[in-house]
Amino acid sequence: MFYLDKSTLQDKPDLRRLGKGTDWGGEYAKRQKNARYPGLKRFYAQGAVSGDTPIGEAPLVALDFETTGLNPKTDSIVSIGLVAMTAQRIRCAQAQHWIIKPDTELKSNSVVIHGITHSDVADAPSFNRVLDELLEHLQGKVVVAHHKDIETRFLNSAMKHYIGEEIVFPCIDTMALEARFSRTLKRTFLRSLLGQKTPSIRLTDCRTRYHLPYYRQHNALTDATACAELLQAQIATHYSDEATPISAIWC
Amino acid sequence: MAIEQVEVTDFFQRHKPFSDIPQQELSHLASRVEIAYFKAGSPILTFGQDNQHWFVIRSGAVEVFRRDGELYNRLGEGNFFGELGLMRNRPVRFPVVALEDTLVYLIDAGTFNHLFDNDEQFADYVEIEDRSRLRDPSRDKKDNDSLLTAKVEKLIGQLPLILPPNTSVQEAALRMTEEGVSSVLISNEQAPVNQVSTENTDDDTEDEPVIGIVTDVDIRSRFVAQGLDLSTSVTDIMTSQLNTVQSNQYVFEAMMLMLKHKVMHLPVLKNSRPIGLISHQDILRYESQNSLFVVKSIFSAQNVDELATLKEEVHACFSRMVDEDANSQMIGSAMAVIGRSFKQRLLELAEEKYGPPPIPYCFLALGSMARDEQLIVTDQDNALVLDNRFEPKVHDEYFSRLANFVCDGLDRCGYTYCKGGIMATNKKWRQPLNVWEQYFTQWIEKPTPETLLNSAIFFDLDGVWGKKAWAEKLNRLIRQKAYKNSRFLACMARNALLRTPPLGFFKDFVMETDGRQTNSINMKRRGTAPIADLIRVHALSVGAKGRNSFSRLSDVIDAKILPPGRGADLRDALEFIAMVRIRHQAFDLEMNRVPDNDIEPEYLSDFERKNLRDAFQILSDAQKYMKYRYQPGRHL
Repeated sequence: MFYLDKSTLQDKPDLRRLGKGTDWGGEYAKRQKNARYPGLKRFYAQGAVSGDTPIGEAPLVALDFETTGLNPKTDSIVSIGLVAMTAQRIRCAQAQHWIIKPDTELKSNSVVIHGITHSDVADAPSFNRVLDELLEHLQGKVVVAHHKDIETRFLNSAMKHYIGEEIVFPCIDTMALEARFSRTLKRTFLRSLLGQKTPSIRLTDCRTRYHLPYYRQHNALTDATACAELLQAQIATHYSDEATPISAIWC
Repeated sequence: MAIEQVEVTDFFQRHKPFSDIPQQELSHLASRVEIAYFKAGSPILTFGQDNQHWFVIRSGAVEVFRRDGELYNRLGEGNFFGELGLMRNRPVRFPVVALEDTLVYLIDAGTFNHLFDNDEQFADYVEIEDRSRLRDPSRDKKDNDSLLTAKVEKLIGQLPLILPPNTSVQEAALRMTEEGVSSVLISNEQAPVNQVSTENTDDDTEDEPVIGIVTDVDIRSRFVAQGLDLSTSVTDIMTSQLNTVQSNQYVFEAMMLMLKHKVMHLPVLKNSRPIGLISHQDILRYESQNSLFVVKSIFSAQNVDELATLKEEVHACFSRMVDEDANSQMIGSAMAVIGRSFKQRLLELAEEKYGPPPIPYCFLALGSMARDEQLIVTDQDNALVLDNRFEPKVHDEYFSRLANFVCDGLDRCGYTYCKGGIMATNKKWRQPLNVWEQYFTQWIEKPTPETLLNSAIFFDLDGVWGKKAWAEKLNRLIRQKAYKNSRFLACMARNALLRTPPLGFFKDFVMETDGRQTNSINMKRRGTAPIADLIRVHALSVGAKGRNSFSRLSDVIDAKILPPGRGADLRDALEFIAMVRIRHQAFDLEMNRVPDNDIEPEYLSDFERKNLRDAFQILSDAQKYMKYRYQPGRHL
């Protein structure tokens, strides 16, 4: 995925009323009734993870997109990577990686980043062809992403384009979590006195902080896996997987 | 199609044993791993846990413990654990704790077992308990055709000429001329061939299929020159009490036999039947720069200066044997034969210079030379046994000079002076036989810390020159007294425990059992010497005759005093450690460095590290067993 400030995102979130305190069970039930697209109806029918589930027991799925650019309105998804996980295990056998034929032009500056070329996408399926399978991978789970806005906005933009409907789900943002841990650092007077910078919350830098190995970026599956490992490290460092409810870290 | 886990696949490609797995299978494997993160200090495997995964460390480090909490091992990136339980289908016996923040890749039992069962290389690399990996280096080299690893039968050309004992010398000479051979075997037709293979007694009285050999030289010197009658029987001029080799013995062993007994021909037997004859020439024809060649040069050197120039040839011979994949026994005994030859030639030169000895003497080789385990980095350990008529005032000046000549000469030939002063130049170690007998008796019956150290060196003794029977007499005395004396054995065992092997390797360091890390390891002091010490104690306890550690060990195994399988483990461990040491020295020579015994782990291959770790573990276990077995007061 791309790493960018929230301010660079060029559309406004539609889902702002959903967040930490959301009753996801009720939300899902309501949406299941209203959904028209069968795949989406099935997705909601599987129900949501209860907010008081201990972190260690919550079923999770790490998700990452590569896109043609930064604007969900004018750019589109070129690849999707996801891997099922829990706080203890990342299951590569339950991973998925798709190259998607973007419905907007593949830009050369993004090709440089993710390395997916015109010939790679020539025979690739379009987004709607993989949507049902994607939804199956996400259903009944809490989605994990590093800077989740990218994934949620591009996903919704694409769904709106193809099926005219949007989707909501509980999500853990490893970048937001990291910001939470480093915010306390940021406030320290001593830090500013010493001229120390606020720690970077880019994925690679976060990983380094937890002594995770260096992974090359911009392969959606690798990035999803890298994000999954980061979440495991964050949980192992800052939370108790038995006592803390999942609602403490989702938003 | 497998979903490609690029980073996982790349990691496997960089690390053994995965790197040997075909690319496609590797991608498949990578797509099946599970990943887990462990914070420093958190448990990864706990004792008694049912584990169904094989753990490969992706980053970070872990510590493996024994059940009693003792540190067993420390592992880093690319190392793995948990295989033991999977192979045996048993719960966790060695708990594992993250030493640093650690990311591990887990491979499920099914995938692991599949790889293990179907990929021999993989299995060999992974397998720890079976230790079969230690035996592997020699197995890889089975195709090697070099003479050092070739069997005797390779050298046999035509069938030997065999004649009955009642043949006349003239008739034998005619047949030899007809067949175009320079020697003939004399076989006793009356002795049925089968009778030979009955129980071997230790003496030489059993029936031999070949009773003698007659060579061109014998006909010249024992027949023509003596002016004997043409009808003289071949048995009158033949050389009897033959040394023979079996067709499946190594050419190298045949070479050693020829050297040892100074013979030029050896009959080759197969199933007790002579199938050929190999000569000195047969071997020399193929090998020029081998140990025989060096030995020949040693004996033709006219003075110490000339001898000293042969150091290079000894090194070349050593390097060549390493190149040709000779095993440690071959190299060790070739170097010992060369060392012995230097001594013998120096003694000849000394006797030329100072005149014949006033009383008989025996020059002793001690330590690694006596054990046939000499390498090129070696100091001289030697001693003199003198005739009991020895009178210091009358005789000692001669022997003092002789000893100085030999020891100075050895130093110049690359055998540095013994730092502990165990040399014939030291008056204490230049004594008549009866004093030596007192020494040994006292060392065994009333051991002190100092004499125990002597025991370790002097109990590996071999006569190299003069009255060699005295050396045998002393060996017999040791054999007969030591095994009966359990207090002495207990002391020897305790002494042998002073040198411990390191725990293994962690990153580029050697790990000590107390968790410390050092950056080099002395392979002699920490590896081969402690094993030789340990084997000596067991050998003394069973009255083994051999002096070579391998031959002692096989006597020890035969005596069944070790738990099943441990003897073979120890043999493999010794061979592996010795070969790492040997290769290291050969590498130093190749790089024009002064060879030594110190090995830096960064220069070891993954394979060597892993196997050395196992070998040290075997040694450590063997030491623990020895400590238990020779506890004072315990009846053996």
